Amino acid sequence: MADVTHLETRTLGGGESGFVTTKFEALLGWARKYSLFQYPFATACCGMEFFSTASPRYDIARFGAEAPRFSPRQSDVLWVVGTISQRQAPVLRRVYEQMTEPKWVIAFGTCASCGGFYDNYATVPGIDKIIPVDVFIPGCPPRPEAVLDGLMLLQDKIGRCDRTPETVKNTALPDGAEEALEKLYQIRMKP
Amino acid sequence: MSKLILERLKAQFGDDILEVSSFRGDDVALVKPARWVDVARFVHDDPRCDCTYFVDLSANDRCDPRTDDLDMDDRFEVYVIAYSVAKKHRVRIKTRLPGDEPRLATVIPVWSGANWMEREVFDMFGVHFEGHPDQRRILTYDEFKGHPLRKDYPANRAQPLVEYREGTFNKLGPFLQDEGMPLNRSAAPDERN
Ligand code: SF4
Repeated sequence: MADVTHLETRTLGGGESGFVTTKFEALLGWARKYSLFQYPFATACCGMEFFSTASPRYDIARFGAEAPRFSPRQSDVLWVVGTISQRQAPVLRRVYEQMTEPKWVIAFGTCASCGGFYDNYATVPGIDKIIPVDVFIPGCPPRPEAVLDGLMLLQDKIGRCDRTPETVKNTALPDGAEEALEKLYQIRMKP
Repeated sequence: MSKLILERLKAQFGDDILEVSSFRGDDVALVKPARWVDVARFVHDDPRCDCTYFVDLSANDRCDPRTDDLDMDDRFEVYVIAYSVAKKHRVRIKTRLPGDEPRLATVIPVWSGANWMEREVFDMFGVHFEGHPDQRRILTYDEFKGHPLRKDYPANRAQPLVEYREGTFNKLGPFLQDEGMPLNRSAAPDERN
């Protein structure tokens, strides 16, 4: 993980206006993370949930990521939404290669992440077999909340100017959540 | 009422209709492969059958690779479903082909809609349609070897067009390092790719 301390931003008081010191890189990261142009590569049923996330109820525009670009050359984030078949794999890779740097990839849904329940001749078992992926969003399909969580994880990574082409960290659970989940699980599993 | 087609077929083709059955409005006739196109033509042209609407053409593989001979005589069952919009009745015509080089005449001259369906059957089962104007694969790609819906095709054999990337993918839970669900298959891990 990239070192975050060098990106420190400080607000200094002084007079009526005050001023902010920052590093150019941090500013760039901040600007990038709120102006993501997305390329939706929607192939299957997960597409519905993607549209739902993009529509006003969940409003992906709050994250500065509402503008879809249907040319890979103009987009920053590749959303791979749905099942990728072996036949489609070369297309997906070409789309990825056409995107200009910096670029990020989100695997939306179980199919894109690991092939899902398809285990056969037709389906790629996870798009990370073909292109590097930053965020995997599990779910069949994932709820919009999960999608927005994934998007925030990606923004976090962009804001840190972390350019390692690998998975971002999971969202940390709040204190005590794990025990609560375990308890819930025990209750549910009781006959 | 729709048994009418079966009766017409039996009257017309006699012993070439091997078997007929009706179950809850599904009328099925099993015919000899040699008369496949004739039967299709009759069902389409005969004014009392009048099945001008082509619904589907597909196939299934009837062998069990564990016990049966892969070259058995009646391994592939190709069927066509035809419907009459005017008379509101439907019929399914089936035929059985040997496992070794299955060949059948095309029904495109009868219903031109059969074109892509026959390509699909060729792609998935390797049944060759004689007289088909464009016998290419339709769902898989030219590089694909074998026919995936044949029972002897390994259920989890993939033939990637793009070479898989090397290395660990550093996935976090809930995904595991060996992706894809085994679905209770007994295949050894190294067979899975
Ligand atoms: S993960 Fe589920 S909802 Fe999404 S594409 Fe696959 S099957 Fe469809």
